Amino acid sequence: MRTATAVAAALALSLTSACSGDGGDDDGGASEKRTVRLPNLKGEKIQVAAVWTGPEEENFRKVLDEFEKRTGATVEFVPTGDNVATFLGSKIGGGAPPDVAMLPQVGVLRQFAEKKWLKPLDDATTQQLNKNFSKGWQDLGSHEGEQYGVYFKAANKSLMWYNTAAYAAAGVGEPKNWDTYLEDLMTISDSGVKPVSVGGADGWTLTDWFENVYLSQAGPEKYDQLAAHEIKWTDPSVKKALTTLGQLFGDDLLLSGGNEGALQTPFPESVTKTFTDFDAPEAAVVFEADFVGVNVQNDTKAEIGEDVKVFPFPRVGAKEPVVTGGDVAVGLKDSKAAKAMLTFLASTDAAGVMAEQGGFISPNKALDRAAYPNDVQREIAKALTDAGDDFRFDMSDQAPAAFGGTKGAGEWKALQDFLKNPDDVAGAQKALEASAAKAFEN
Amino acid sequence: MSSHITADGPGTPVADGPGGRGTPKNPAPDGRGGAKPSSGRTGPWIAAGFLLPSLLLLGALVVYPIVYSAYRSFFDASGSGFVGFDNYADVFSGDGLTAVKNTLVWVIVAPSVATAFGLLFAVLTERVRWGTAFKMVVFMPMAISMLAAGIIFGLVYQQDPDRGVANAVWTGVHDTFTDDSVFPGARPRPDAGLEKQGGAFTTEAPVEAGSPAGLPLVGIPPADVGDAGTAKEADKGSGGEVTGVVWNDFTKGGGGREGVIDPGEKALPGVKVEAVKDGKVVASAKTSGDGTYSLPKEAAGAQLRLPASNFAEPYNGVDWLGPSLVTPAIIASYIWMWAGFAMVLIAAGLAGIPRELLEAARMDGANEWQVFRKVTVPLLAPILGVVVVTLMINVLKIFDLVYIIAPSATQSDANVLALELYLSSFGGGGNQGYGSAISVVLLLLVVPMMIVNIRRLRKENSR
Repeated sequence: MRTATAVAAALALSLTSACSGDGGDDDGGASEKRTVRLPNLKGEKIQVAAVWTGPEEENFRKVLDEFEKRTGATVEFVPTGDNVATFLGSKIGGGAPPDVAMLPQVGVLRQFAEKKWLKPLDDATTQQLNKNFSKGWQDLGSHEGEQYGVYFKAANKSLMWYNTAAYAAAGVGEPKNWDTYLEDLMTISDSGVKPVSVGGADGWTLTDWFENVYLSQAGPEKYDQLAAHEIKWTDPSVKKALTTLGQLFGDDLLLSGGNEGALQTPFPESVTKTFTDFDAPEAAVVFEADFVGVNVQNDTKAEIGEDVKVFPFPRVGAKEPVVTGGDVAVGLKDSKAAKAMLTFLASTDAAGVMAEQGGFISPNKALDRAAYPNDVQREIAKALTDAGDDFRFDMSDQAPAAFGGTKGAGEWKALQDFLKNPDDVAGAQKALEASAAKAFEN
Repeated sequence: MSSHITADGPGTPVADGPGGRGTPKNPAPDGRGGAKPSSGRTGPWIAAGFLLPSLLLLGALVVYPIVYSAYRSFFDASGSGFVGFDNYADVFSGDGLTAVKNTLVWVIVAPSVATAFGLLFAVLTERVRWGTAFKMVVFMPMAISMLAAGIIFGLVYQQDPDRGVANAVWTGVHDTFTDDSVFPGARPRPDAGLEKQGGAFTTEAPVEAGSPAGLPLVGIPPADVGDAGTAKEADKGSGGEVTGVVWNDFTKGGGGREGVIDPGEKALPGVKVEAVKDGKVVASAKTSGDGTYSLPKEAAGAQLRLPASNFAEPYNGVDWLGPSLVTPAIIASYIWMWAGFAMVLIAAGLAGIPRELLEAARMDGANEWQVFRKVTVPLLAPILGVVVVTLMINVLKIFDLVYIIAPSATQSDANVLALELYLSSFGGGGNQGYGSAISVVLLLLVVPMMIVNIRRLRKENSR
């Protein structure tokens, strides 16, 4: 088996080198259509750092394998751990950064760009970017007019994944708005299932809860202002949003495991506990982004589209919120291989490889939706690309990492405290404002 | 005191090397006087040449970082603005203060408890036949990295008794003394005439014989009523009994009417029903397989109560990693690792104690406790001191266990200086000025212990 792969790899290598030799357009007669040309990088070694673990990492390794196959370079995947900014900061400080890194927060991109740690994209990558990405996504990868990043992965963070059996047993359907949502939850609670699974051990799930409520209730303009800290967290609009969220967090009949239990539930577990047992489920609905699909696929036996379905985050105000997130690939070194990797990640080919595995949404508008493995994924991708440039990027990801992206600090911590004690809206606002002021330095 | 030591300490050999003249004031170096004539023949340049490599290494690897950290600690996050002692003020306020307090708790508790356990194990295993095997087992955790130990204890302290060993034991002990409730988490259908009082539910109106009282409950996990029969309306009763039915007022698939027994709704057997008059229980009964109950006629005119014991949630154990217990829990994991270390050193010291002294004490009529208390411990005092001080130095830099075991919700409650240093310097904040200030504080804390250790070492050498 090993020799077979080695032979195949050698063959692929010779094919790529042959084709770069004659400069033909047809890449050595490969079966799939290729939309991007990459240089021959035989013997080069690069490191790609990303936060992904488990199934997401495995899927991404397939993309890296494809890159290796096409260029001959050796790619090492470096897991960053939860704290990407910390990890990269110390690597850069130590003078040995990875070639390419996936930044999960746009705030980190800005922070790093300001410190001149990021290398601007080259022409080949920019070309792919212009071809495949809408302006909204391009802008998110730039800072002060310079394009630094390619959004390889997008997340639609406004989805409620529900256990169809639990919903059917309670006789409720998809809700129209926040109020009917809460009513349905109470009905499910009456049926004997504590309905909502909150992964409160991971602070970022809580920021996503808040952001969806806030975007829908206060509107996009306020959202942008709060994201930039132009209005304070002590603003009445924040109070209103937290109070609304408190209707859910403050009712221990609605939270699976109660508030304490929710605080100790890490995100992956919040998914598995909802979709493991269908006769006596531990929870009926879990809120998070599209990547819940990956956990469902890999950690449970549930069938997406059958046992597991999705409805959009119920609207609190006038419109349903569309909050997005994403991982942006940036170059930390000026090497040829790093640039080629970025070009590849901006291409439709790379997006296609990752999309096939499921649990992944690409902001690449040129990607054929047939690449997604099921209808649920296609729907989520459609919602995202249909939103055009009307989506709002995850607020905590736009903030400096100290506020919006650090385990046990800033917004993550303040909202965990709020989940522990949902009656104390004013206290939560004060804590949020105090750490926001410190992080934004205003 | 300390200035005397430091001035004296490194100064002596350096002055000795190139000079080599005259008699030293200290009698201690006199013992090594035999080397003197040879050092007298070497010129100062040769001595300097031999010293240079190590001086360079020490300078580059130890002195320069310390000096630069101290310098850096007076500047802000970007490193360009001078902020005086502001960073130090930050260390003793807010998150930094929690870290300082926790570090103090660590330094006081962890070494002393670990040493106490070490002493206990060493003394107890000394005379056991399988002592060596036992010592090996106790010492084994030392072979595990802090990271692995952290992950192990993260699992041990999991809240869910099905996963965390600590809570599995704790709930196991607890549940031996309490009975399980029949329908944990059940609650009355709102507006069905049942009032919540504590964990119990009481009817608002008194019940009468001949008019069955239905007590609808909801919120019962489907698994709990899986094999229960369907509920049925209670008989009116002929002899003046008070009757009624307790049932799960939820139709699977929805569409049921509230407070009415719809077809397919399940009975709740085994629920205790009490009749209460003026705060006193006058009668009680348990529901049968079809959910009905029947109380004797004394119950007429009383209020019905479903006592809390029916619905108590299962005991969920201790919140080990909650804000109040997280630091003690992590310290316990540290002791698990390091008690073995203390034990081995103390056991070595114990082996060096002259047997005659113990025997003499016993001959004089001392019991074992007195021998231990008055002879063994005083003789071990130097070793105990070394162990405690070594552990204190070790504990000051504790980082891994806290970083790994504390969940993010309570990380700031478990914070210690080394962790705060890492998070603030290389974490989201990126404030290396503040981080440097913490490192200087840590240095200042560790210096006294170093001095104690160095002095002890000297004393040993001169003996």
